[in-house]
Order: sequence, then C-alpha cells, then structure tokens
Amino acid sequence: MTPIIEINGLSKAYVISHQREAAYGSLRDDIVNLLRRPFQPHITQGARRETVWALDDVSFDVQQGEILGIIGSNGSGKSTLLKILSRITDPTKGSAILRGRTTSLLEVGTGFHPELTGRENIFLNGAILGMGKKEVDQKFDTIVEFSGVSRYIDTPVKYYSSGMYVRLAFAVAAHLEPEILIIDEVLAVGDAEFQRSSLGKMNSVAREGRTVVFVSHNMQSVRDLCKTALQLDHGVIVNSGDATEVTDSYLGTTESRHRTPLNERRDREGSGRLTFSEIVVNDTNLDLRELSIDLSIHNHTSEVFDDVLVSVVIEDNTGRSITNIVGQNIGYAQKVGLTESRLRISIANMHLVPGTYYLNVFLSSDTMNSEIFDWVKHAAQIVIPEYDYHGTGRLPIMKGATFYSDFKFEDVSSLA
Amino acid sequence: MKLEEILPPARKREKMAPKPVELVIKPGGALRFNPRELWQYRELFYFFAWRDIKVRYKQTALGVVWAMFAPLVTVVIFTIFFNRVAHIKSPGIIPYAVFSYTGLLFWNFFAAAVSSTSGSLVANQGVITKIYFPRLIAPFSATIVNLADFVFAFVLYAALLLYYRVTPGLAGVVMLLPMLALTFFAATGMGLFFGALNVRYRDVRFVVPFLVSSLIYLTPVIYPVSLVPERYQWLLYLNPMTGVIQTMRAGTLHQGAIPWSMLLISVASTVCMLVLGLFYFLRQERSFADYI
Repeated sequence: MTPIIEINGLSKAYVISHQREAAYGSLRDDIVNLLRRPFQPHITQGARRETVWALDDVSFDVQQGEILGIIGSNGSGKSTLLKILSRITDPTKGSAILRGRTTSLLEVGTGFHPELTGRENIFLNGAILGMGKKEVDQKFDTIVEFSGVSRYIDTPVKYYSSGMYVRLAFAVAAHLEPEILIIDEVLAVGDAEFQRSSLGKMNSVAREGRTVVFVSHNMQSVRDLCKTALQLDHGVIVNSGDATEVTDSYLGTTESRHRTPLNERRDREGSGRLTFSEIVVNDTNLDLRELSIDLSIHNHTSEVFDDVLVSVVIEDNTGRSITNIVGQNIGYAQKVGLTESRLRISIANMHLVPGTYYLNVFLSSDTMNSEIFDWVKHAAQIVIPEYDYHGTGRLPIMKGATFYSDFKFEDVSSLA
Repeated sequence: MKLEEILPPARKREKMAPKPVELVIKPGGALRFNPRELWQYRELFYFFAWRDIKVRYKQTALGVVWAMFAPLVTVVIFTIFFNRVAHIKSPGIIPYAVFSYTGLLFWNFFAAAVSSTSGSLVANQGVITKIYFPRLIAPFSATIVNLADFVFAFVLYAALLLYYRVTPGLAGVVMLLPMLALTFFAATGMGLFFGALNVRYRDVRFVVPFLVSSLIYLTPVIYPVSLVPERYQWLLYLNPMTGVIQTMRAGTLHQGAIPWSMLLISVASTVCMLVLGLFYFLRQERSFADYI
C-alpha cells in the first residue's frame, strides 16, 4: 500500500549568526559589507556564522489512518519537521510527499483578530485554515455549539476570557475535514474539561480514517491518542515504533546534558578576575524534580582564592526569582585554584510548574567589601514540560501556579 | 441490507473520492509562481481584505467620513499655501482646488497602497509563521482597504466638481479605470519590493514613509507639469503617477489632449517596477517564515 505521507531524507539547515540580536539584520550592515568586500561571499561582520542542521536526513512513512506521535526535547527538530510539512518553510534537502488534502494546526486561532466578533472570526479563521465560506456556513451552528460561547458570538473576541477564546478557536479547527491533519501541541491549552472534549473529538477524527501527525511534549496525550510514535533528537530519528514503548523509553532516557559555554558572553558584570567558563545542566529525569548544575570557573589571575561565593538564582520568564541557591546558605565556600575549577550543585525537590526558567549565575568574594567577580544573567535555560506530577494518569491543573506540592485529601466528616 | 449500500453506484463513488491530491515538498529551485494556486486561494484574499476593511472602521464614531475628511483638509491647505501664498496657478480656468484634488485623489491611493503593501507581510506575521498560503495574497489584499478609501475620496471629488460647476470630459470618465489600474500596479510593484525587503531589514519601515512623503514633490500634484522645462518633462513621466495625474487632468478638466506618448513612458516604468517587485518578492517568498 502506498503510504499517505512519504518522507525521504528530509533535512533543514539554519545559518545562525552569533552576537546578533535578531535574525533580521540591518540593511546598513549588509550594504557596508557588500561595499567592503564586493567579490566575497556575503558575510556579516562581527558575527560568526554557523550552520545548524535542525533536521538531518529524516525518512519515514505514514500509512493512511495512522496516528503518529512525534516526540523529542526542545531543539530536537520537531517544530522544524512540522513547519516543513506545513509548507511554512522549505527543506534544504530531501522531500516529503503528502497524498491527500492536508491541514496543519500549529496553533489554535491563527489569524484571530481581537476587534472582530466571534462570528466574524469563525469565517476568517475558517478561510485561513482552508475552509470555504460555503463550508463554514454549513458547519457554523455546530461550531458555535461545540465552542459553548453562543451567547457572545457577536461580541468582539477581545472581550472574551482566554478560555472562551481558545474554545472558539478550537471549535473551528475541530470541524476541519482534511485527509491529513498535522497538529502541534494545540491541546496544551484550555481547562481539563475542554482538553478531554478536544481529545475525544480528535479520536473520532482518527476513527473516520484520517491520518494524523501529532507533535507533543505531553507524553500522556501521545499515549492516549497515537498508536505509533517516533522520537527525534538533534534532528535525527532515534526511536520509533509503538507509542507506549517509545514514550516509555523517552521518559527513561531523558537524562540529557545541556552544555552552554559562557566565555563568549559579553553581557556580563563584574571585575572579571574570575569568570564562569561553562555551565552544564544535567536533568536527572524528565520532570526536572532533581537537577544538577556543573559550573566551570576560570581564574584569570595568578593568585588562589580560598572562599569564593557561588550562587545560582532561578528566575521565571517574567524575571521574578523563584529560588536562590547560595553556597553560603549551607556554609559552602568554593576554592578556586590557579586555572580551572569545577563545581557541581545538586538540587533536589524542585517542584516547578511547566514553563521556561533561567539560571543567573553569580560569583563573588566572601568578604565584607565583597568584590563581584562575575555575574551572568540567563546563563542557561531550563524547560519544564507538562507532566503527570501526582502519578494519577492525568495532567494536573496548575494554571497560574508557581510550584507543585504533595498533598492528600481526606474525608474527615465521620471524625466529628 | 439494501443493495446500493453494498454496491454504491459507480458515479457516486467517483464523486466521493475526488482525484487524489499529491503534494510534493522539496527544496525550492526556481521562482514559484502558480496562478492556479492563487485562484484557489481567492477566498482567503477576500477574507483578508474584508478583515482589513472591518477593522479599519470599527470603533470609529465617524467611520468612512474620515476617508473624505483628510483629503478635504489637505486640499484646503494646498489651496491656501500653494495657490494663495506661493502663487502656483492651475492652467486655464480650472479652480486650483479641483486641479490639485485631481492629483491628490490618485496620489493618496498610491501612497497608501505603497505603505500598506510594504507593511503587509510583517502585519500578517502571525499567520505567515503558522499557515501556508501563497504569500502574494497578503500584499494584494492589503490594497483593497485603500481602494475603499479611494471610493469615498472619489465621492468628494464628484462633490467638488459639482460645486465648482466643472463638467468632466468624457475622456476622463473612460480613462478613470485604466488610470486606477496603473496606479494600483505601480503601487503594488513598489510595495512588493519593499514588503519583501522589510522581512529581512526592518529599516524599510522607516524608509517607506519618508520616501512616499518626498515623492509627492516629484509628482505634479500641487504644481502643473508646465512648471518644468519642456525638454525635461519626460523625466517626470518616469514616475508613473505623473502619467496618471496628467491623463486625468487632461481628460476630466479639459486641459489639452491626453499626453499619449508620455503616458507610454509611465506605463513602461510601471511594468518595470511591477516585474522587478514581483521577481524579488517571489525570490524571497520561500524564506519569509525563517526571517520574519
């Protein structure tokens, strides 16, 4: 049987230029370079360029009616694969053949305009997702009913609560009828109740014989939805097969190390007599409840330091510090020898909720007039995925929360 | 069980399973220009334009009145400063207000269309990074809202002609649509180029408004072409808007014959701009999502 999706040696390279604020440059830089070296290939000055293969020779087939889950840590190439299959970006090498009408949902509510009413946005979003006006007209009532926001259908969506917004957006998406559906973690939104109904909706989509490619961080929903899964790591397929087996092995083997050199960082403060040269974050398990951080400290002087204060501040993405890990708090002082010293900090009992966190590292002398040697903000980043904290088989509802706690509920009415 | 449930009629089956669609995704080689695909996406074009128009006039108390108010004030200012103070005269007996408004009407459409097309990709950034559609839809649909403004400004034009008792010439009426089309293509040609450039270099955001507001002085909006020595006039026509404005003035306001040969220069330069803009846009199209 001809597979409905056939992917052959798909690769995508990105050229990353370092020390640049954003991918788009300034016209001036490029013009200046062009004038300076008119016959040489165009290299932006002051920036080292590096080719990164976000996807490296990936091949697989998907059969009609198959629901394939794609998992992998951040930067594994999942999103790149998704973008190529959605035709948002072109591959550098290889090809993908899609045999059927395809719709991709990389987010819910793409193109929603806050000034337009719910009704207007249904039509706009429908058109963006490839539904014709006629088709939306036909499905309009069921879409509104499914969304549960019929009372506010003629109110501009800027007045909607975020829950209502997502419900409406998902309702439109759920009524698409493509032969191939490519979905990013659009399910990671909405409350638990809504997630269940969306999952149910998607299951019924699959039963109708549609092919689904589902990319997710959420192992639970991959297990619930998919029969097969494949795992990407650094742009390569490292595992594929039965969804439960692949997710199990993923959860077991995600002890990964993220090494970030810090020598190149210019946005740092301090005297610079001692500097951090590298930070390595070892996640001991997927949920990062335990974490160890290896720090390398470089001594630029010819003296030995006996008690150096090392601290790490974990900050959330709003810049609020979540916790301080300070050597002095537990009476630890680091000795720094003549060249390079290494230090491991192990943290247990972290109960951070899913999200992105940053590590700020700080190095100073432990004296009265303390000298700040080095201070690097956002030296490393940790991403905590959604996970089943309580081990109950469902994702905890942690909206607006900062940390998980262990708790138990007891009915004590009989005690009174 | 009924027989037709087991054996659906052949024709019905054919209808249920339309021709299999096969899409091959591979590294792009040459320019990708697919008019058939553009046609398939016409509804999206329509919805983008509809969205822009809706959003434009939402929450404005006076709504479309603004589309007439701004050019009216401009023409009053022009009349006071350029006509009364600087003594720029319109040729013949045509009142200066009508003379300059004929230019301003088309110029405003041109200027607005250039800036909305060149900003259209960045404005639709959210959609471009999430969904595939032929990117040409974005700049072209962005001009529709300017076209709506043109229609309202045109109503004011009709009122001005009536007020000053100018009977428009037939040639002007005939040339209205072709000249509008010429303006449209000149503006989109420029807009496509700057729009694609804007994705990589946000400098364009600052260049375009500056360029557009300076270009009005190289266009005979506030002054007649006759102000320029005759042997240099053809240079002025390299600017497509000169051709448009002179044609409309000749046709509508009875100011001599339509300068056909000069108009040809304007048409040629419009074609050049459009081809260049389209070429650059299509060259860059595939990498928009990577850079935006």
